[in-house]
Amino acid sequence: MRPEYVIKLLESGERIDERKFDAFRDIKIETGIIKRAEGSARVKIGKTDVIVGIKTEIGEPFSDMPNMGILKTEAEFTPIASPDFESGPPGEDATELARIVDRGIRESGCIDLEKLCIKEGEKAWQIFVDIQIINHDGNLIDASALAAVAALRVTRVPKLEDDKIIRDKTEMKLPLLHTPITVTVGKFSDKFIIDPLKEEEEILDSKISVAVMEDGKICAMQKSGESSLSMEDANEMIDLAVKKSKEMRKLL
Amino acid sequence: MGMKTDEKLIMNGKRLDGRKKDEIREIEMKVGVIPNANGSAQVRFGDTVAIAGVYGPRPLFPKHLQESDRAIIKCRYNMAPFSVEERVRPGPSRRAIEISKVTRLALEPALFLEDYPETVVDVYIEILQADGSTRVTGINAASLALADAGVPMKDLVVALSGGKINDTLVLDLCGKEDNYSDADIPIAFMPRKKEITLLQMDGELTPQEIKTIIKNVLKAGEEVYKKQKEALMKKYEE
Repeated sequence: MRPEYVIKLLESGERIDERKFDAFRDIKIETGIIKRAEGSARVKIGKTDVIVGIKTEIGEPFSDMPNMGILKTEAEFTPIASPDFESGPPGEDATELARIVDRGIRESGCIDLEKLCIKEGEKAWQIFVDIQIINHDGNLIDASALAAVAALRVTRVPKLEDDKIIRDKTEMKLPLLHTPITVTVGKFSDKFIIDPLKEEEEILDSKISVAVMEDGKICAMQKSGESSLSMEDANEMIDLAVKKSKEMRKLL
Repeated sequence: MGMKTDEKLIMNGKRLDGRKKDEIREIEMKVGVIPNANGSAQVRFGDTVAIAGVYGPRPLFPKHLQESDRAIIKCRYNMAPFSVEERVRPGPSRRAIEISKVTRLALEPALFLEDYPETVVDVYIEILQADGSTRVTGINAASLALADAGVPMKDLVVALSGGKINDTLVLDLCGKEDNYSDADIPIAFMPRKKEITLLQMDGELTPQEIKTIIKNVLKAGEEVYKKQKEALMKKYEE
């Protein structure tokens, strides 16, 4: 699709797939799809397809948080998902994606990390959130964040016997306190759009991703894209993200 | 060869998952699962799940990598971090690099690469869930993805593992059998003319046992071949 065509459509109030500016594509969530993972989810938003797998391992707590479990979030843009992705270590975009998803989970206090300490200062559960993109058709942030939360909600912490992880036995459900929902709002000219397609992302001026809590409070944000935003624009985009987060939350 | 175990892998003629010695696990194949790719497929053998995507034939850069009289094929086999019990650190391991290479060589003889000079066919395989025999599962997915991409092929490439556990010759090893096997032989071949394109082995076997396993795999592979053709037909019926 030619960028000029995408721009022309947006300027006349339309989108390539005939959606309203504030409408999500069809969202499908499947959980428990990876047997080897302690938790997993596959989220499809339109043709965007993301799998998140949760693995639990034993590690040493950080010295400044000796009584807390550890959260690690990583994303790889494997070339299977898009002709634009290349093999190799995670680049800027993949790292940013992982960090945005991580921040939403971390700052919301989603996981009760204190319950994941095994021995203070010595041993704690490490929760690995791994994001695998299967097909990239835009809005990877919202899809990955949703898949991460959906996967965490079905995650089981295995039993420990003599410090060995017994993966086919469950000690407890992963203790969760909150459920953050991340919604990205894109800006093109004076228009705001939700759930941008890949072709739309390529012509957006900027984006804000907002992680919203159950009570409508915000726990993490990220502005991306090359253009600046006015205060009024930022305000309007934040309001729209909060409003749309309620809709997405209902899907969980 | 796997580690030693006291656990019986075969009891009263039945394997751990209840299979007979020459029985293949439940197979599921779906073609056309990655919209961005030119061709794609997801294949499941029991609890082993591989997804493959093919991009190309597409222009290859830098130019000095091009072949003037044919396309080149590149392969990447990768395990998702959550595909196994203990998390795999992302990034290529020595094992993954070698499997990528033998996978490429397993597929290459089936392709008419001279039809597309100066281009590349990229084959990407992700193991989403591992329970033994991941490389052959990946090759089956890649074979379907190549066909789905419309790359001209002499034949599909069918892959299946054979081996020996508790002194018994078996087919399609699952993870536990793989770990504790006496020997493990992954094989890929083109069924029409029975040409072998991948043959590896580790463990200990007599030459006669190896020959028997190869014969058994080629015979049982017919069933896998049939499933591949059905999966392709299904996509194009829709």
